[in-house]
Amino acid sequence: MTATSTPATPRRRLIDEEGVPEGKLRNYADGWLKDLLVHMLRVRCVDQRMLKLQRAGRIGFVGSMLGQEAAMIGTAAALEPRDWLWSGLREGGAALMRGLPLAEYVAQMYCNSNDTAKGRQMCNHFQHKGSHYPSWSSVIGTQIPHGVGAAFAAKQRKLDEVHALYFGDGATSSNGFHSGMNCAAVWKVPCVFVCVDNGWAISVPNKEQSAQLDFTKKALAYGMPGFEVDGNDVLACYELMHWLVVHARSGAGPALLVVKTYRMLGHSSSDDPTKYRDKAEVELWEKRDPIRRYVRFLEGRGALGKGEFEELEGRLYAEIDRIVHEQEATPPMPLRSLVEDVYAEVPRHLRLQYNEFARIAERHGEAQKGDGAFPL
Amino acid sequence: MANLTLLQAINDGLRTAMKDDPSVLVFGEDVGKKGGVFLATENLQRDFGANRCFDTPLSEDGIVGCAIGMAMNGLRPVAEIQFQDFIFPAFDQIVSEAAKLRYRSGGQYTAPLVIRTPYGGGIRGGLYHSQSGEAYFCHTPGLKVVVPSTPHDAKGLLLAAIADPDPVLFLEPKALYRSVKGEVPEGNYKVPLSTLREARAGTQVTVFCYGAMVPVTLKAAEEAAASGIDTRVIDLRTLLPLDEEGVLEHAKSTGRVVVVHEAPRFCGFGAEISALIAEHAIEYMEAPVVRVTGFDTPFPNTLEHHYLPDHRRVLDALERVAHF
Repeated sequence: MTATSTPATPRRRLIDEEGVPEGKLRNYADGWLKDLLVHMLRVRCVDQRMLKLQRAGRIGFVGSMLGQEAAMIGTAAALEPRDWLWSGLREGGAALMRGLPLAEYVAQMYCNSNDTAKGRQMCNHFQHKGSHYPSWSSVIGTQIPHGVGAAFAAKQRKLDEVHALYFGDGATSSNGFHSGMNCAAVWKVPCVFVCVDNGWAISVPNKEQSAQLDFTKKALAYGMPGFEVDGNDVLACYELMHWLVVHARSGAGPALLVVKTYRMLGHSSSDDPTKYRDKAEVELWEKRDPIRRYVRFLEGRGALGKGEFEELEGRLYAEIDRIVHEQEATPPMPLRSLVEDVYAEVPRHLRLQYNEFARIAERHGEAQKGDGAFPL
Repeated sequence: MANLTLLQAINDGLRTAMKDDPSVLVFGEDVGKKGGVFLATENLQRDFGANRCFDTPLSEDGIVGCAIGMAMNGLRPVAEIQFQDFIFPAFDQIVSEAAKLRYRSGGQYTAPLVIRTPYGGGIRGGLYHSQSGEAYFCHTPGLKVVVPSTPHDAKGLLLAAIADPDPVLFLEPKALYRSVKGEVPEGNYKVPLSTLREARAGTQVTVFCYGAMVPVTLKAAEEAAASGIDTRVIDLRTLLPLDEEGVLEHAKSTGRVVVVHEAPRFCGFGAEISALIAEHAIEYMEAPVVRVTGFDTPFPNTLEHHYLPDHRRVLDALERVAHF
């Protein structure tokens, strides 16, 4: 395989912005195609609810996925359950599709005691061990070499795993991108680099991130192929990613997939994008909305009946609201978790530090059951 | 039992771990065919194959970053950073990622890995082949920091570090690589982390030191004995998590304490020992705690023998503390 398009290379786009197929499509079952819509719509509904909760002051931070539903769902749908997905800020929807229970997702947004990360990470840092989805740290690009190392381990241990490494256009400037791409290519490990180019790294546009705006060319410098896909075309994302996952699984080595999409809202709920980008640009991308486009496509082939979309949306919101209600009532982590999981065992100096604190917490009535001193 | 240098003991430790556990990998810059710039990994590639011991691209960030991923997916990586001075490109991966992974994931993911690196002066290496950066890492919860000073401990601590469920920074005193020799047991034995070693018994002054400063301090203690000062020398061996109880017991029992390290003084490890004693044992102290350290300067080149604490500076401190 080379970086230049060969006849076998899946196309950059399969469905145009009006939802009309460009050329002949593979023989997809309607049910499978509809599932993609369900997953994308779940992402959108969850996102909308989280933004609402954030505005109401119930949760602290949301990194909205609006506009990137096809990019994450299409690419992640190409992975097998045994494969790993190394995430950045905006892949939470892919985690949901791959098995992260919605209750755990919402618990993570509340950082409460149902959160598997024990409320230690700020919101929007999901993880799900069962579906091989470690959380990112917040530091940009550091997860890239982790994914490469884990892919190396898969190869070494003869595990049939592909590791998908997600990051944004900003991360192409990071150390982790360079060292990860380089090591992966030298060691020929089974991974796919997924650069979700949404145009913006907080307030810095991609054209100020790199003088080489065709990010696929960066792959060539490391000795691996690079491809670009229309990130608002869920089916194209799936096909190209699937092709690269198969390629990696066969032992042919890593590749880079650049997924061109757009971040419709600010970097996070704490960011006001009107300060740094044009309304016209946002409006242009509104017209390219990945869900509307896909709905038109499904309707066009008669796979989605009248009123089905609204019914589905209603069902998703009802499920989300029920879970939000449960998680609202879940208490925060016990105080002892302050010093737990720093090491496999809580060392003596941390037990001493905690006990000193627990005495004061007790004096002020803050300590609950289970918050008592550690034995020394 | 074999009589080995500290360097040979490390090679023996790596070899033992690789033999006992197929998931142990050794990698870094020039560790393969060459066997490392100091030969710590000599013949490991020949004996275990290039799958188990291999050269990496020249990328410290990549070495440690990939080691974390390997550890997360079932391997036991033992990464070498060629000189501790070159570790800083990997600082982010060590401090932000390896050290925090267990905590931030609520124990779902862990990074049991070892980073071996030669540290310290004494080889005329100038600013960038001589530093002692332990204090940066000791300020990092989640990390373990280990410094051996004898061949026996080098192997035993290394095997304990490789078996440990948490990330360990293993600092090797390069000045001692070939200058100390000692009996090293065969096979897999472990020196428990976070335990002190009494390198010399004594009743009047306790000196806390580690790594290359242990033999320097022992020499000073012998000279002090000639002038009637009975010195106890404690090799800390593990700096993080420190055996604080052990430190306090020794400090209380002599009431006089000196701390020796070659790193700069300000915010150095000696400050922690000194503060620990001030906080928990001040009523036992007969004299101020004195630190003998490198200067608060970058590491020099031609004058390194004056920068590094030597037995004369340690002796001077022992006399001041004993006669306070």
